[in-house]
Amino acid sequence: MLEISGLGHSYGGAAPVLKGMDLKVAEGELVTIVGPSGCGKSTLLRCIAGLIAPSEGKVVLNGTAIDGVPDELAVVFQDYSRSLLPWLTVRDNVALPLRRRGANRSERREQAAEALKSVGLADAASKYPWELSGGMQQRVSIARALAYRPSFLLMDEPFGSVDAQTREDLEDLVLQVHRAQGMTILLVTHDIDESVYLGDRVVVLARNPGRIREQLQVTLPATRDQIGTRADPEFVRLRAEVGGLVRGVAH
Amino acid sequence: MTHQSTSSRGLSRPGKWARGAVGVAVLFLASEALGRAEIVDRSYLPPASTVVARAFELFGDAEFLHNVRVTLTAWGLGLGFAIVIAVPLGLLFGSVPAINTGARAIVEFLRPIPSVALIPLAGLVLGSGLGMEVPLIVYAASWPILFNTMYGLDDVDPTAKETLRTFGFSRTQVLLRVSLRSAAPFIATGVRLAASIALILAVGTEILSGFGEGLGIFIANASNVPDGTRDVLAGTVWAGCLGLISDTLLVQAENRLFRWHFALRSGAS
Repeated sequence: MLEISGLGHSYGGAAPVLKGMDLKVAEGELVTIVGPSGCGKSTLLRCIAGLIAPSEGKVVLNGTAIDGVPDELAVVFQDYSRSLLPWLTVRDNVALPLRRRGANRSERREQAAEALKSVGLADAASKYPWELSGGMQQRVSIARALAYRPSFLLMDEPFGSVDAQTREDLEDLVLQVHRAQGMTILLVTHDIDESVYLGDRVVVLARNPGRIREQLQVTLPATRDQIGTRADPEFVRLRAEVGGLVRGVAH
Repeated sequence: MTHQSTSSRGLSRPGKWARGAVGVAVLFLASEALGRAEIVDRSYLPPASTVVARAFELFGDAEFLHNVRVTLTAWGLGLGFAIVIAVPLGLLFGSVPAINTGARAIVEFLRPIPSVALIPLAGLVLGSGLGMEVPLIVYAASWPILFNTMYGLDDVDPTAKETLRTFGFSRTQVLLRVSLRSAAPFIATGVRLAASIALILAVGTEILSGFGEGLGIFIANASNVPDGTRDVLAGTVWAGCLGLISDTLLVQAENRLFRWHFALRSGAS
């Protein structure tokens, strides 16, 4: 469970990027964050990941205030090609974080194989990331996060650089992983449809300074599919509402 | 994947070899003709065939081979120490801005001094032999390795570093696991440049210091006897071949070790 209270941040005394942000993400919930560019999404993400210390407020993960990078958290970045290490095979990339935890070689291999299987890449283990397509590379970085077995998964515009078809496949992969492993997921996106399609709840941010404009509970059925869900009148309604909020139009 | 990385650099492998061979042949024939035309005295400029024949003959000369071994030892030791010193120093300069700023003035003062200009000084302070040769080689060979390490660190992807940080790796671990690995192809290029500089220094130091052992000593001694030009040139051919062989081996090692680097550079993703 993640609790953010009074979070604010400014870089070197400049105008604040984030201000007075309060947000709770319950255990096992999938929350999507959507907002216009410049709303402080990546700063928020860095505060939660413990990469920067916020100038105001605090972030509490599973009862512990975040001070440095928390052990039970994994991040999936947008730039999969730069986030994966090109000199390591797919298997070694996935297994690398486990080495930091002191897992031995056979444990690492086993968990990496399992994670790769769960993203449908069991056969690609011995390849290098740059031998794979963009969508497959992002699957590898998802597998890397899964193998780490975090209780909390942070995703930073994970499907911003793949084509539409791949994007839909990866969205369904996230839903499937979320269901199967029951981990808490916070996913940042700039895609309004995606925020509604994936989220149990959508958090809409506003900019100047970055703050929460609105939170919407998604009342769609838990099981979703690309064709049916997107045609659901409730999806269409939510999408319009989120769209209006992102553009700053009141409903 | 391998053929992609080689073909991307222009000619095919046999094509490159063929052109290289033609170049060598043309130079050889020109020098042969010049030598045989006797425009200059034959003892000053022997024909290429005579020089090459002498160079081959030297394979059977135990004393000469011993000299070559001495030079290669100095070269290897010097290059080895240069790597051991310059890579950590480059990592330190490249990752701690305060140290970098502090050291910049010293570096900018020392770097323009031609290493060869230090040979007389080294001779005075360190005498002769390996004890004088190796430190000079280390000094000269460290620069390209140091600068390429720093340059390579500049090029490291911040996303890769951040990713490992989010998986709980410490800054030092990130430096070794991401930055050093990612800069390795640049460092290797630095080592290859350093290898040829080290050979120049090894032979050059021997020639200038004038006594002791080594390929440079063989060349220096030959230049003092009548009709010695043939030996001087044969020794030079040896030095050139040593440089060529070491360079070829290092290029091949780079291609093998940094396949990922060339694959990314050629745009295959």
